[in-house]
Amino acid sequence: MTGPRILPWALGLIVALLANNAWADRQAKSGYAYLREETRQMQDDEFENPGYLAVDKGQELFRRRPDSGRSCASCHGQEGAKLDAKRLARYPVYDKSMGGIVRLQDRIRNCQEQRARTKALPYHDPDLLALETFVRHLAAGEAVNVQTDGSMASLLKKGEAIYRTRFGLIDMSCAHCHEMYTGQYIRGQRISQGMGNGFPAYRLDTGEMANLDLCIKQCLTLMRAEPFMPDSEESRLLGAYIMSRSNGLRIETPAVRY
Amino acid sequence: MKGAGILLVFLLTPMTGMASDSAAVTPAEAYCKWKMVDYGVPEPLCGLQGDAGRGRRIVLDSGQGNCLACHRLPVDGVEGYGTIGPPLAGVASRLTRAQLRLRVVDARHLNPYSIMPGYYPDLALINRPAVKYRGRAFLPAQAVEDVIAYLATLK
Ligand code: HEC
Ligand code: HEC
Repeated sequence: MTGPRILPWALGLIVALLANNAWADRQAKSGYAYLREETRQMQDDEFENPGYLAVDKGQELFRRRPDSGRSCASCHGQEGAKLDAKRLARYPVYDKSMGGIVRLQDRIRNCQEQRARTKALPYHDPDLLALETFVRHLAAGEAVNVQTDGSMASLLKKGEAIYRTRFGLIDMSCAHCHEMYTGQYIRGQRISQGMGNGFPAYRLDTGEMANLDLCIKQCLTLMRAEPFMPDSEESRLLGAYIMSRSNGLRIETPAVRY
Repeated sequence: MKGAGILLVFLLTPMTGMASDSAAVTPAEAYCKWKMVDYGVPEPLCGLQGDAGRGRRIVLDSGQGNCLACHRLPVDGVEGYGTIGPPLAGVASRLTRAQLRLRVVDARHLNPYSIMPGYYPDLALINRPAVKYRGRAFLPAQAVEDVIAYLATLK
């Protein structure tokens, strides 16, 4: 006669699990799910979303022939049509010939140097950000699909270790906010899972575009920690780990985020 | 550097820049060692006397204690407090001054996973502080004592 006695307990457990926010929050959710309604509308409207200015500027730069070299469009098509959205959704990728993790911005800089034979733009330069935004936007709607096996597996583990390390005077880890307290409010601002699928994104806070690397830098600065250099191994490892957490989420570039 | 001059993270009111870190850097001061006894810190830091009025300002100021980032406080007219920590109304009837002091100084002695920043931890435990904050605790010892004096009024 244990059957009927266990049943109410089992049902209770299921109900408790379903009601438990922390549990529900474990499935990857885009930052979009945590936005205010006005911000969602802003993102969804091509004319209201300031990120499209960066897309347009990126397209212009993509087509422009530098004095010294060739345009991106000369290899990849005027609209970037020869770029494969599914491959773009794989970034950051592992590339042995380039020495490890390659982010979209690294690929663009490498193309500038090696293929277009011009000078690579500095990291965080608005023009480089615009190019990255235009290119990533070509894969909008695709699911993020970062490699998690093979050579990438051990690198992602290292990235995760950084994700769980406390930093700065405030001495918090990324996991504190984006795993433990997801959905809670910090000074009235809702904390998301800190996913990467919207980047490069327009940030309401700064009024500027940010790629994932800049976003990480801003979170570290807020923790009063010394941020990683854009060309550092840490920044690549952490960025790749975050993007792998975002696997399966639709690319929203250019997203609008706080 | 946008926003109304705040730091922290916590910061995240719509008007304050999440990316900004324009809080005044407190001048470095000599660090006073403290001792934990029975999960409390009975002796005031550096033997200083706290002032509840100043403490109240520090607790609310997003460039200083910024406790509101995570806690609701029994103060009228404040919006945009956080929901990460427990509300602090009545906290002094739950905890002694010594217990409150340990919470504020370094809550990790009670909960190693605590998200609450240590406001006066052992400085050697701070990983990769920004250059301009090296050698400093989150709050000066006097400010910590002021905060304790204020919390002690929340009966
Ligand atoms: C004290 C809280 C806190 C900590 C610690 C923190 N963040 Fe954030 N983070 C936020 C808030 C608040 C936002 C803006 C709202 C949001 O999108 O969650 C944000 C945004 C983000 C976003 C953008 C998400 C989106 O969809 O817009 C990413 C990515 C991110 N953080 C990564 C990190 C990383 C990496 C670390 C550690 C180096 C970190 N965060 C540490 C609070 C924090
Ligand atoms: C980033 C979040 C955060 C900030 C900022 C923060 N706290 Fe906390 N606080 C917490 C959490 C979470 C707890 C619950 C215990 C734990 O997890 O350590 C807590 C617990 C406490 C407690 C114990 C409450 C009880 O009922 O047991 C006190 C007292 C306290 N905090 C005071 C402060 C003061 C004063 C400040 C500012 C000077 C502050 N906190 C800033 C997150 C925070």
